[in-house]
Amino acid sequence: MKTLSGQHALLEARGIGKSFFGIPALDEVDFTLQGGEIHALLGENGAGKSTLIKILTGVYRRDRGTIYLEGNEISPDDVASAQALGIGTVYQEVNLLENLTVAENLFLGRQPRRFGMIDRRTIRDRSKTLLERYGLDIDVDALLSSFSVAIRQIIAIARAVDLSGKVLVLDEPTASLDAHEVKGLFTVLRQLREDGVGIVIITHFLDQVYEIADRVTVLRNGRLVGSRTISELPRLDLISMMLGRELQHITRDHQAEPETIDDRGAPSIQFQNYGKKGSVAPFDLDIRPGEVVGIAGLLGSGRSETAFLLFGIDRADSGTATIDGEQVAITSPEAAIANRFGFCPEERKTDGIVGDLSVADNIALALQAQRGWMRPISSSHKRELADSFIKSLDIRPADRERPIKFLSGGNQQKAILARWLVTEPRLLILDEPTRGIDIGAHAEILKMIEKLCSQGMSLVVISSELEELTAVAHRVIVLSDRRHVAELSGRHLTTDGIIRAIAGTGETEAA
Amino acid sequence: MNWFTRRLRRLAPQLAALAIILGVISLVAPGFLTVSVQNGRLYGSLIDILVRAAPVALLTVGMTLVIATRGIDLSIGAVIAICGAVAATLISDGYPLPVVIAVSLGVGIACGLWNGVLVAVLDIQPIIATLILMVAGRGIAQLITEGVILTFNDDTFSALGSGALAGIPIPIYLWVGTALAIGLLIRRTALGFLIEATGINRRAASLAGVRARFLLFSAYAISGLCAAIAGMIVTADIRGADANNAGLWLELDAILAVVVGGTSLNGGRFSITASLIGALIIQSINTGILVSGFPPEFNLIIKAGIIIVVLTLQSPAIATVFGFIKATRRGDKLNHGAKEATR
Repeated sequence: MKTLSGQHALLEARGIGKSFFGIPALDEVDFTLQGGEIHALLGENGAGKSTLIKILTGVYRRDRGTIYLEGNEISPDDVASAQALGIGTVYQEVNLLENLTVAENLFLGRQPRRFGMIDRRTIRDRSKTLLERYGLDIDVDALLSSFSVAIRQIIAIARAVDLSGKVLVLDEPTASLDAHEVKGLFTVLRQLREDGVGIVIITHFLDQVYEIADRVTVLRNGRLVGSRTISELPRLDLISMMLGRELQHITRDHQAEPETIDDRGAPSIQFQNYGKKGSVAPFDLDIRPGEVVGIAGLLGSGRSETAFLLFGIDRADSGTATIDGEQVAITSPEAAIANRFGFCPEERKTDGIVGDLSVADNIALALQAQRGWMRPISSSHKRELADSFIKSLDIRPADRERPIKFLSGGNQQKAILARWLVTEPRLLILDEPTRGIDIGAHAEILKMIEKLCSQGMSLVVISSELEELTAVAHRVIVLSDRRHVAELSGRHLTTDGIIRAIAGTGETEAA
Repeated sequence: MNWFTRRLRRLAPQLAALAIILGVISLVAPGFLTVSVQNGRLYGSLIDILVRAAPVALLTVGMTLVIATRGIDLSIGAVIAICGAVAATLISDGYPLPVVIAVSLGVGIACGLWNGVLVAVLDIQPIIATLILMVAGRGIAQLITEGVILTFNDDTFSALGSGALAGIPIPIYLWVGTALAIGLLIRRTALGFLIEATGINRRAASLAGVRARFLLFSAYAISGLCAAIAGMIVTADIRGADANNAGLWLELDAILAVVVGGTSLNGGRFSITASLIGALIIQSINTGILVSGFPPEFNLIIKAGIIIVVLTLQSPAIATVFGFIKATRRGDKLNHGAKEATR
């Protein structure tokens, strides 16, 4: 690191805390960025990366903690004041205006004027010199929309650095770039590092982290896991920081009697060579009655995509699905439901709840859809269903008429779970069932999963909580790079086994 | 809270607005509330309101469902013209009444299905999709009537617009009957529930297995059907089809009625009854201004003013202010409730 001892860090955050509607999103998080450093901020969905970034760049206000910029305490109230202090951000969806020219974009909101008119010539000349620093020789009078995403991104970076100059925050900058474009971007970032800019980069590509970053900070469930120099951090350790506890994690008790599961009759649901181009590479998956199959992998590895294929949200373009020996076509959620599948999506708010409807209506929705519009569920039956699940799943408050949007995340999740349980599914797919849920509800949902499989239901559980997977799953499929790379069961099914499989270093049986 | 008090609470703002408007008019125009019987038929301003409200009330029923799906149907005014033209042409060609009615209804449903294709299959924004038929519809109607105001003389058909049965004008039977039938269809089956779910969160509903496309088709088809009935009433009333003016801007009154009835343009929870009271409010204002002897030039401005007042009282901003006052009064209780909710 370049900073001399005794000097202040460029940006320093101490004890940052933030809650949304009483649910903590960040808890006592520290973050330190030096000038001339590329600092990767890592973590799974919901780890608190974006919340931290938004607090540093003035989008959210923190509940607790202090932020220092070059040793002075700051409190950015909005994006503009953060920019003025020297903190600029480039978001994943580049925040520029496509219908303006490159030069106009660079100077939007701060156009140099001459005699009260916008001075186009100065804008053009200054834009040219500005972009030359980044090795871009383009027509600055051309519309932004005529350039590729990669070039737009560099223009956005140029604008942010020119505007702010001290700290540059990049949110998933490489998500839509090809390998060559990533190289170009990294050259620019290295140049900026030379110039002493502090760069925070959020990404889920670990290769790129090792290529470009000097230091990583890992968040998990809103808490700081640690901050390390990348050269001293083996990949295996990084993944275990992101997903699990320490590698010496003790194997759960029920993993001790493994082989019994494999004896449970013929597979009832089989997917063979099932896949979709650009989504998930073809895979085989057998699910027996009463079995919990876990799916593990890093963010972007194809976890949710696998669920979308199984539930017919995305259409498979290869392979077959078989239930009890009979081939079925799962081409839509309706078809999946007709085969008695259920799916609790990861994005509860947009894909799960119907916010303005009551808890009772939300619970009855899938069953009603299955019965068709002509056979309504009577309101007394609806009440009975709601009351029985409110009681058995302990949904609070126990008011079936309350619009579901007013319930906490954990209780919404229980209601969605109830929605599927009333349809008595043979296969229930749970995508991150415990995300954003308080500890109490978390344990209850895990208990519920164990109870359901003991009743003969099959479950697919996708989770970034490895302890959770090893605790509930009989087998775990490991994904990496949109491919099923390993299947772990019995004594191999441990958090470190999964981490090794993700890193591609463990002894694993290939799927 | 039982079913009846809940209903009453939902409809209270609309009923209150209607009562206030009728009260004010009766102060300005004495005799406004009198209903008399002449030649075995009911007469009076109140009856007049119920008769005149028929086209807007019918459109409002369909519009409520379409808006509940988070859509909007701008084409129904033009569908009135098309169905009126079809009915007038068939009547003057001497077809029997049942055929005329069946074909007109069929044309209305077909118009609705066309909108359904654009919205549900091609995923065009509803406001644009239905704008197409709004513009093209009057052209189609003119082609059917061959560019003239097509008049006819058929007493049985014109009874739909100006006849009476047991003292009550037939248009009242038609709109009340249609609204009842559709209301029962919607609430006695699961259609209403599924439409609300689709309107609030189409993606979540689809993932729960709801056939969103089918529901969109039904909503637009019902809207077309309602417009067809309204078209026949309008045509029968003037004994002729006027492709240019029949149902002109009525879709806007219908949207207004739905909004006054408290259904959000963002889709979701809806009440056909509340929308119908909204339609009666609009018609009462229209009739009231006429009978109270204001110069007709003021009509539209007075109407706009009253509607602004009604909508202001319903606006979320006002609700927030009232909610804040209420919340500060019972602060402790609310805090306690919030704690319960997050457990």
